[in-house]
Amino acid sequence: MSTEMKKNSQIFQDSNNIYYPEDELQVSNLVQELYKKNQPTEIIGTGSKNFIGNRIQSAKKLSMSKLSGVIEYLPEELYIKVKANTPLELVEKELEKNNQELAFEPIDFGFIENGKSNKGTIAGHLACNFAGSRRFKVGSLRDHILGFRGVNGKGDIIKSGGTVVKNVTGYDLSKLVTGSFGTLVALTEITLKVLPKKKLSNTITIYTDDKKLVKDLFEKISGSSSEVSGAVYIPEEPKDENYDQNKEMVFKFNDLKYKGSFLALRIEGDKISIEEKLKALTIELEFSNLNTIILDVHQSIPFWKKINNLEIFKQTKNNLLRVVVPPSKGPKLMQFLGNKYKYYIDWCGSLYWIEVQSKKSSKVSDIKKLTKELGGYLTIIKTSEEYDYEETIFTVDDTRLLISEKIKKSFDPKRIFNPGKMYRGI
Amino acid sequence: MSELVLPKIDKATINKKEYIFKNLAKIINPENVLSHADDVKPYETDALAAYTQTPLAVVMPENTEEVSNILKFCYKENIKVVPRGAGTGLSGGALPLNDAILLSLGKFNKIIEIDFENKCVVTQPGVTNLGITHAVQHKNFYYAPDPSSQLACSIGGNVAENSGGVHSLKYGTTTNNILGVEMVMMDGTVCRVGGKTLDQEGYDLMGLICGSEGLLGVITEVTVKILKNPQVVKAALIGFPTIEEGGNAASEIISSGIVPAGMEIMDKALIEATDNFSKAGYPRDAELLLIVELDGTESEVDELLKQVRTICEKNNCSSLKFSKNEKERLSFWAGRKAAFPACGAMAPDYYCMDGSIPRGKLAEALLEIKKLSEKYELPVANCFHAGDGNLHPLIMFDGGDKEQLRKTEEFGAEILKACVRLGGVITGEHGVGIEKRELMCEMFNNTDIQQQLDIKKSLDEKNLLNPGKVYPILRKCAEEGRVHVHRNEEKFPDLPRF
Repeated sequence: MSTEMKKNSQIFQDSNNIYYPEDELQVSNLVQELYKKNQPTEIIGTGSKNFIGNRIQSAKKLSMSKLSGVIEYLPEELYIKVKANTPLELVEKELEKNNQELAFEPIDFGFIENGKSNKGTIAGHLACNFAGSRRFKVGSLRDHILGFRGVNGKGDIIKSGGTVVKNVTGYDLSKLVTGSFGTLVALTEITLKVLPKKKLSNTITIYTDDKKLVKDLFEKISGSSSEVSGAVYIPEEPKDENYDQNKEMVFKFNDLKYKGSFLALRIEGDKISIEEKLKALTIELEFSNLNTIILDVHQSIPFWKKINNLEIFKQTKNNLLRVVVPPSKGPKLMQFLGNKYKYYIDWCGSLYWIEVQSKKSSKVSDIKKLTKELGGYLTIIKTSEEYDYEETIFTVDDTRLLISEKIKKSFDPKRIFNPGKMYRGI
Repeated sequence: MSELVLPKIDKATINKKEYIFKNLAKIINPENVLSHADDVKPYETDALAAYTQTPLAVVMPENTEEVSNILKFCYKENIKVVPRGAGTGLSGGALPLNDAILLSLGKFNKIIEIDFENKCVVTQPGVTNLGITHAVQHKNFYYAPDPSSQLACSIGGNVAENSGGVHSLKYGTTTNNILGVEMVMMDGTVCRVGGKTLDQEGYDLMGLICGSEGLLGVITEVTVKILKNPQVVKAALIGFPTIEEGGNAASEIISSGIVPAGMEIMDKALIEATDNFSKAGYPRDAELLLIVELDGTESEVDELLKQVRTICEKNNCSSLKFSKNEKERLSFWAGRKAAFPACGAMAPDYYCMDGSIPRGKLAEALLEIKKLSEKYELPVANCFHAGDGNLHPLIMFDGGDKEQLRKTEEFGAEILKACVRLGGVITGEHGVGIEKRELMCEMFNNTDIQQQLDIKKSLDEKNLLNPGKVYPILRKCAEEGRVHVHRNEEKFPDLPRF
């Protein structure tokens, strides 16, 4: 570090104007400095999900990458406390040793970005709050955060929550920072609830093109006491050479034919309980009238990993939308999508991942309009290089935007952190 | 009871009260504006009955528009507002103020829509927690969070307090079981968050409002998730000869990978008290009693019960009984649910505490409480939601004796401080309210509290909505009272408290 640089900052910054604070105190000092100088700053981790959200124009970058490592893991207390930028992979490995996991199934966005796994950091996942297939059964990331420490936009070190599940002491700021895309707090420490891993899993696939049946099956599954922990529908249409190749790669298992539309559902537990659930579901869902195949545990686990990691849309160059609607409204969305769009449905009929090939925003706008009419919301997860940004990345109404602006101000009055990442003015 | 510090009374408001009543009667049906001393008397307190305050007036709007208009008026005229659900809260969150309008949501008592297709219920906030389950149970569905006051407490109040219950380890608290809310901000703005979809985009305003104890907005509609009843529910009743062995068994059950639907601990004092009171048939020779409830499929539950047996036997349990049928399962719970009234029968007064600690510290906490009980020469009975480390020690005393009262308050505060020292928090599910305001600084420093106050200020810049609650007024750690029940004259004495 040159003398001149030292004069400008207490913390090392490289030639790209990226700061690398090494601990919470350094983050605090640095942000105080940025606050004084009024310098908008992008908070970065490993960049695995950097493509999500609006592009930020900022002179400075704050890399939190050095704040990494497990602080405390107490399996018997069902929590893990980590420095915010601890790689997810490392956390998963730690938990695996005690047969535990993050039950919300974090999504590995690396596959859609460049075809390879890139799980990113805990803070990155927290910033986005995107949960995987098990969400409808166990909750999202926001349901698994117990507490955090971090630095607000004035440079103050703040904390909220703790390590216990029952805690109503003060406002639940942990939920507020989850899904805030780094616009409120530079996170330094995160405590997550962990849960025991289920011993085994089986997947039942049901081949059908009948959209009404798909909707009925989703409805029965979500109302079943057999604890189904994953339910997706993969339509065969539209046909396209590359897409078919992708699907073949994703779904090439001994017992699964990837051709044809199918609904897949997952049951978990020990051997006897899986058998029991399977028996109950056979009656509830009337399997005898359906064309079904069962995937054993060796095929079931990789199947859901691939679903979860969006491998169907591996390395997509198109726009990828994440649409959430009330499950009962699914048929209207399916009807609109017809065989014109590549999509699949997760969360037992609630979450739609849709690829939109058009360079223009108009098609995205059409889907967004319908989504809002159906009582849902749409996020553009990945944009094509030519995307014109006529349609906004997130969905927000005026009242919520106004309230969000007020909350932003209370954390970060000068809009230092990730300005514009979510909405204009925030 | 210690003297309670409340926000300074605004004389300007008191001086124009006739003008205020007149205007409120224009906004809503005049019959729904109560201002006469006799009419407002029942609203002077919530279930923290030791504190009473007379509200300026009580208003009972019937729809969101009326709530919005009332708040707009109060905002313009700088009048404080205290929202109130069913008034069953144990921390004084709905305690009125002399210069504030008490906004009762009691007339919001209708379920708006039962939507089995989307597995949710859209309801007005005044509907009771149990009322929701009653509305869907014919199709074998239920609403999961089950605070002990569920018969009377309102779902709007549950949102304000983020209520938990016996089953929150497995099924979460209110915040994990709601999909959407409609709320009215202090300036009258109506805001809808979430809906019938899972999660929401942007700032998690639902997460923020849930547990905010009526300080940020008034809830006027709630959409809750409903779940299908589990296939099988069974319970085990296990006695232990020592506190350590019982505490260790509870800890081991969790660390072995079992997630019980409910897991409760009672100490010897409470085993005796409840057995005397409800004749529950508990093992009276045990130092500690553990109730473990498991749900799922038949074989899954049986398998887990086997594992529970192994763990408990390893920890030298002195008795072990599994429920053979639903009647027996409910009988296991009967004594536990009678814990509070049983204590009421044993002493003129009792204080109920509500702290959370890491599960592994249960034995340590119990021993600490025992030591404190000896130090203060006051008997204490303990019940815990052992699954999630939420403890409810009940200190028994005679409120007529000023010295005992002082000692009880000190004792209570020491317990909560011990909770924080053991890695826990000062309130697991009852809320901070006015009761634990001054203990907030045991957990948070000034910067933490300032951030929370900044949020409050950003959404209620005039500090009119439920002021004086949750955050210490003087920013000092004084010791205030807990739930004080005199001669069993608790508000809602019929409600089981557990």
